[in-house]
Amino acid sequence: MKEYFFDCAVIGGGAAGMAAALEVEKSGFRAVIVERENTLGGILLQCIHNGFGLHEFKEELSGPEYAGNFSEMIYASGVKVFLESTVMEIGEAQGKIHELYCYSAVYGVFTVKAKSVILAMGCRERNRGNIGIPGTRPAGIMTAGLAQRLVNIDGYIPGKEIVIVGSGDIGLIMARRMTWSGCKVHAVIEIQPYPSGITRNIVQCLEDFSIPLYLSHIVSSINGKDRIESVDVTPLRDGIADEEKTFRIGCDTLLLSVGLVPENELSRKAGIRLNPQGSGPFVDSYLMTSRDGIFACGNVLHVHDLVDFVTKESRTAGANAVKYLKSALSARQYKVVSGSNVRYVVPQKFNFEDVSQFYLRSMIVKNDAQIEVKINNHLIKSVKQNHVQPSEMISVSLKKEELAKVTSVNDPELEISII
Amino acid sequence: MKYDVAIIGAGVSGAAVARTLSRYNLKIALIDKEADVSFGTSKANSGIIHAGFHTGRKYLKSRLEIQGNLMFDELQRELGFPFRRCGVIVVAFEEEDLRHVQDLYRQGVDNGVIGIEICSRERILAVEPKLNPDVIGGLHAPNGGIIEPYRFVFSLVESARKNGVELHLNFRVKEAVRKSGYYEIIPERGQPVEAAYVINAAGIFADEISRIFRAESFKIIPRKGEEYLLDRMSPAFPNKVIFPVPSARSKGTLVIPTVEGTMMVGPTAVEIDDKEDTSTSSENLHMIFDFARRIVPSISQKDIITSFAGLRPALEGGDFYIDISEKAENFIQVAGIQSPGLTAAPAIGEYVKDLLKKLDCKLTEKKEYDPFIEKVIQMRDHTHFESDEIVRGNAVYGNIVCRCEKVSEGEIIEAVKRGHTTLDGVKFFTRTGMGRCQGGFCTYKAIRIIMRETGLTFDQVTKRGEGTEILKSHL
Ligand SMILES: Cc1cc2nc3c(=O)[nH]c(=O)nc-3n(C[C@H](O)[C@H](O)[C@H](O)COP(=O)(O)OP(=O)(O)OC[C@H]3O[C@@H](n4cnc5c(N)ncnc54)[C@H](O)[C@@H]3O)c2cc1C
Ligand SMILES: Cc1cc2nc3c(=O)[nH]c(=O)nc-3n(C[C@H](O)[C@H](O)[C@H](O)COP(=O)(O)OP(=O)(O)OC[C@H]3O[C@@H](n4cnc5c(N)ncnc54)[C@H](O)[C@@H]3O)c2cc1C
Repeated sequence: MKEYFFDCAVIGGGAAGMAAALEVEKSGFRAVIVERENTLGGILLQCIHNGFGLHEFKEELSGPEYAGNFSEMIYASGVKVFLESTVMEIGEAQGKIHELYCYSAVYGVFTVKAKSVILAMGCRERNRGNIGIPGTRPAGIMTAGLAQRLVNIDGYIPGKEIVIVGSGDIGLIMARRMTWSGCKVHAVIEIQPYPSGITRNIVQCLEDFSIPLYLSHIVSSINGKDRIESVDVTPLRDGIADEEKTFRIGCDTLLLSVGLVPENELSRKAGIRLNPQGSGPFVDSYLMTSRDGIFACGNVLHVHDLVDFVTKESRTAGANAVKYLKSALSARQYKVVSGSNVRYVVPQKFNFEDVSQFYLRSMIVKNDAQIEVKINNHLIKSVKQNHVQPSEMISVSLKKEELAKVTSVNDPELEISII
Repeated sequence: MKYDVAIIGAGVSGAAVARTLSRYNLKIALIDKEADVSFGTSKANSGIIHAGFHTGRKYLKSRLEIQGNLMFDELQRELGFPFRRCGVIVVAFEEEDLRHVQDLYRQGVDNGVIGIEICSRERILAVEPKLNPDVIGGLHAPNGGIIEPYRFVFSLVESARKNGVELHLNFRVKEAVRKSGYYEIIPERGQPVEAAYVINAAGIFADEISRIFRAESFKIIPRKGEEYLLDRMSPAFPNKVIFPVPSARSKGTLVIPTVEGTMMVGPTAVEIDDKEDTSTSSENLHMIFDFARRIVPSISQKDIITSFAGLRPALEGGDFYIDISEKAENFIQVAGIQSPGLTAAPAIGEYVKDLLKKLDCKLTEKKEYDPFIEKVIQMRDHTHFESDEIVRGNAVYGNIVCRCEKVSEGEIIEAVKRGHTTLDGVKFFTRTGMGRCQGGFCTYKAIRIIMRETGLTFDQVTKRGEGTEILKSHL
C-alpha cells in the first residue's frame, strides 16, 4: 500500500476543508486534502443561487464562485490535493501519527500518515425513514439536496408537479429553482409552527412566487403505486393530528427537506466522542475532539446556515492544528453547558487565555431575546438579539477581558442561555 | 419458444424450483411480470431461517421448513449468499408465557430441532444481553438463522441460468391456451411461451394464475406485514432473532438482526383486500415500537432508516398448497406460500421435482451441471490490504460510490452485468443506497453508471421497472 506523510491531513474539500488546509499551509506546515468528489467545493457546487460571501468577500457570490475563489487559493498554495479519493477509516494512532485509509480509482488504496487531522466531512440530509412518513414507496421521492444536485449539476428534472416536505433552506431554495425550471410547486409542508429555513429564503423563494407554506401540518400519507400520485396533508392542533381536516394534494414528485445531520460515521468508528444534541464531535476550546490531534470544523461539527461562518470556524481549526504541531496548545480547559432554551453550544469547553467564539442554536422562537453568558452564576456578558429561532445560528464571542472578571472562581463552568 | 417446463413467478419459490430442476436435462423458462426477480413478497420479509418449532409436523409447511433449514449450509457454500446461523430465542415475561415456551420446546423436540433448549432467566440474558431484564425465561434454538432474502433469490436464479434456465422478465401472464400436449402462455405484451408442464409459483397472484389455467379455484388472502429497518449504529443490535410468545395469527413483533449488520423490528399481520397495497401506517409504527421496546428497551425510533411492507400469500387453513392440479393437466400448484416460505424454499424445490416425476416428466441428470456460481467482490468484506490488491487488479473497485454501505463502482458494474438494471435491482444486489442516507449521496452516481453500462437514456432508468422512471426531463 502506498503511503504519504504530511503534518496535517484534512478530510473533505468543501468550504471547511479548504479554509483549514490553507491556514495550516500558510504557517509553513505541509497539509493535504483528501476529497471524494472530482472537484473541490463540496455542497457549495450545487448551490448556484447567490448569497454566499457577504462577510468573507464583501460581495454576494454564488456557491460555485465562493468555492472557486478558495480552490484557486488552494492550487496556488502548496496544499496537496487527492481528488476522487474517499477516506474509509481513521486508524488507531501509531504513537503521535494518525493513519487515514483512502480508496480511489485513480490512486488505488493508500494511507495518509499525519501528525494532526482535521475532520471536514460536511453533513447529510435526513430522509423519509428518519421522519417516518407512512404510505406507499413509489418512484418520485427524494431529498431536496439530491434534487438540487440533479437539476443544478446534471441538468435533469425529476418531475413537474412538486410538493416539498419541510421548510429547510435547501427545500425553500429548491421551491424557487423548480419553479424557474417550469415546474409547479404546490406546497411546502412544515410540522413546526414556524419555518425551519431562514427568513430571507421564505420571502425570496416562497412568497415571491406565491407558493403556499403550511405550518403545523404533516404529510400523513404518500399515495401512488409506481410513481407518487398525491400526498395527504393533515393539520396539527396542539401538536395532535386533526385527521378530519386531512386534504389531498396531487403531485408527481415529493422533495424532503427535513434537516441535516453532521456526517460522523468515520469519527464514530475512530472512537471520537459525539455530542448527542448536535450529533457532531465534542470539541474543546481549540476545536480538538476527544482524540488528541484530531480537530473538527464546518458542517461535520455542527450544521451551519452561512458559509462565511464555516470559513471563519475552519480557519480557527487550522490555526489550532498549527499550534498543536508546535506543541503550543496549553490552556486549561473548562466546561461549557447549554442553559435554558439553548439546544447546543459549540465548542463544549473554553479557556481563559484566548478569545472565545461560541456558536449556538435556540430551541425557541422569540423577538427581543437576550443571550446571557454566565460563569458559575456570575453574568459576564449579555447581548440583545432582535429575533431568535431554531433555524438561525447565533454567534457569541468573548474577549479575554470579559472572561478575566471571574478568573478566581473554583471549577468555573460557563453557561449560555436565551432569555 | 418451446419449453419442457415453465415456472410462473420468480420469487423464492419459483427460483428454488428452477434451480432444483436445472440439474436435469430439461428446457426451462422462469417467468415474472416484474423487471427483476424477487420483486414480490420475497424481497419484503423478515429474512429469518426458522428453526422448526413454531408449528407441528401435521402441516406441510412445517415439514418443509425443517427440511429446508437443513439445506442452507450447503446452499451457501455453493451460492455464497449472506447467511448466518445466529440462533433464535423466544422470550417469556409472564408465567403463562412459560407454559407456551414449554409447548414450543416439546414441539421442537418432536420436529427434531437440533440444540433446542429451555432457558432460565440467567441463561436467556446471557444468550441475549440486550433483553429487557424483566424477562423470566425462554427458549433458545441455535439452528435458526438469518439471510438476505433477495440475495438468496438472485443467487438461485443465477445458478439456474448458469445451468440453462431461461429468464423472461416483464412477462405478465395474461392468458393460457391448452394445445395438444402443451400450454401456450400469453403475456400482456410480447411473444408467448410454450411449455409442456407449468408450475404456478405466482405468490399473491397464484389464485389468478390458477384461474387463467382453469385449474382449482381458491382465494389468496394477502396478509400484510410492516417492518422497520434500523441503522447499524443502533445500540439495540441483538445477537439473536428474538420472538415474543406467539399468538394464534402470527409470530408477533420480532427483533431481528440482519446478516448485513442493520436490524429490523416487525412485522405486523393484517389481512387486507388489495393485493398491491404495500403501504405502511403510523399507527402500526407506534404499535411495533411500543411492543419491541418491551422486549429490547434500547430500541429507538430515532434509528429508523426505512420501512417497508410485504404481503404474505395466505390460504385458508394456513398451510402451503403444493400439489398436482386435478383439473388442469400437467399443472402444479405452489400456492399459499406464506411464512416460512423462505426457509422452506429449498425443500419446496425438491418437493416439486418429485411431483413432476409423478407426472411422468423425464428427469435425467445433466453431466455438465455446476452447482457453484462465481462469487462477487464486496469491498465491505475485505481488509485494507486485500482491497489494495483488488484495486490494483481493477481500479473501479477503488471508487466508493455508496459510503454508508461501502459499495464500489466495480460492484455496481457487476450487478448490471448480471442483469440488475433498475435502481432497486442494483440496490438489492449491491446494497447501494440501503444505508442510513438512503441514497441521498449515491443515487445520481448509480444512475450514471447504469446509463453508461446499459446504454439507457436518463429517462429510461427506473426505480423498479416501467412506470417508475426517476427523471422526467432535461433542463
Ligand atoms: C443546500 C445548502 C444550501 C446552502 N445555502 C447557503 C447560502 O445560501 N448561503 C450561505 O452562506 N450558506 C449556505 N449554506 C451553508 C454552507 O454553504 C455550508 O454550510 C458549507 O458550504 C459547508 O461546508 P463544509 O465544508 O462543512 O461541508 P461540505 O461542503 O459538505 O464539504 C464536505 C466535503 O467532504 C467530502 N467528504 C465527506 N466525507 C469524505 C470522506 N470520507 N473522504 C473524502 N471526502 C469526504 C465531501 O465530498 C465534501 O466535498 C448552504 C448549505 C447547504 C447544504
Ligand atoms: C412481512 C413478512 C415476513 C416474512 N418473514 C419470513 C421469514 O422470516 N422467514 C420465512 O421463511 N418466511 C418469511 N415470510 C414468508 C416469505 O417471504 C414468503 O413465503 C415467500 O417470500 C414467498 O415466496 P414466493 O416465491 O412464493 O412468492 P413471491 O415472492 O411473491 O413471488 C411470486 C412472483 O410471481 C410473480 N407473478 C405474480 N403474478 C404474475 C403474473 N401474472 N405473471 C408473471 N409473474 C407473476 C410476482 O411478480 C412475484 O415475483 C415473510 C413474509 C412476509 C410478508
